[in-house]
Amino acid sequence: MRISPDQKVFWEYGFVNLNLTIVMTWGLMVLLVIGAWLVTRNLKSGIKRSRWQNILEMLILMIRDQIKEVGLDKPKKYISFIGTLFIFIAVSNLLTIVPWYEAPTASLSTTTALAISVFIAVPVFGIVQGGLKNYLKSYLQPNFIMLPFNIISEISRTLALAVRLFGNIMSGGLIATVLISIVPFFFPVIMSALGLLTGMIQAYIFAVLATVYIAAATRDAERKKTNTITAKHNDNQVESKNGEVIRDRKQKDIK
Amino acid sequence: MDNVTIIAVASIITAGITTAIGSMMPAIGEGRSVSKALESIAQQPDAAPTITRTLFVGLAMIESTAIYCFVLSMILIFANPFWNHFIG
Repeated sequence: MRISPDQKVFWEYGFVNLNLTIVMTWGLMVLLVIGAWLVTRNLKSGIKRSRWQNILEMLILMIRDQIKEVGLDKPKKYISFIGTLFIFIAVSNLLTIVPWYEAPTASLSTTTALAISVFIAVPVFGIVQGGLKNYLKSYLQPNFIMLPFNIISEISRTLALAVRLFGNIMSGGLIATVLISIVPFFFPVIMSALGLLTGMIQAYIFAVLATVYIAAATRDAERKKTNTITAKHNDNQVESKNGEVIRDRKQKDIK
Repeated sequence: MDNVTIIAVASIITAGITTAIGSMMPAIGEGRSVSKALESIAQQPDAAPTITRTLFVGLAMIESTAIYCFVLSMILIFANPFWNHFIG
């Protein structure tokens, strides 16, 4: 029994090898790129739109709202990175219902690559937002004793991102394989339905965690730049939110 | 018992214990956090989206400890690094 699609190698030359993970990733990339090209080929802004454009717009708006809710005020800057992560992981996990398909996220190398891209993106966004000096200062946040712990947490959370996604998807596939050999007919269907749910949640969590890390880095870097303005802005937001909530409740009571 | 048998016995037993404890403790933790989140949603239904999102992120964090144990037991059973040392 193989526990990851890395172990099925098609072609090998030296340390370069072409395994099932890479082939599946390429297939996914082709699928996503061609799909996006087909949908965005003739975009319309009127009332009559194609249904695929509607789906894509819904997806993008949802991702944007989620990014904004987690705490990044300008989601347009980050949506290309976080949205790509989410869509790639979600599609790669959801396609497990297709026969002979194996999710590339069930291999530790894919998830490590995704986690390392988050690991690199966090300081890049932080430096772009607040400058190199402010970003480096965020490592000394409470005081300088915390410097090694901050660095350790940076590395360990990258490891956790990679192993979490890998373990969840791999365990789903493995449980399905084991159950097929024990109770072949009905039970594996339920488990693979559960696997679809897990895959979706894991994609969501991966994207949310990446957003949280980026938000933490940019907020730390930005705090020194615009301390008073953001505080005022936040106060206003809280008030208006509470006002809306109270109004909603009153309307419900009237109904 | 030769070395390979000792390794096999040790890794199988350790894998079982790892999975057992590693699924027990996160289950307790997740149960506590879900019950707390349900209580707070029942008290404040308006805050449900925020609580749900935070709950999911927190559950993923707790779940990851269980996943570490699972990955560890999978490594012990299917990809044990000590096998090659004695077989090869």
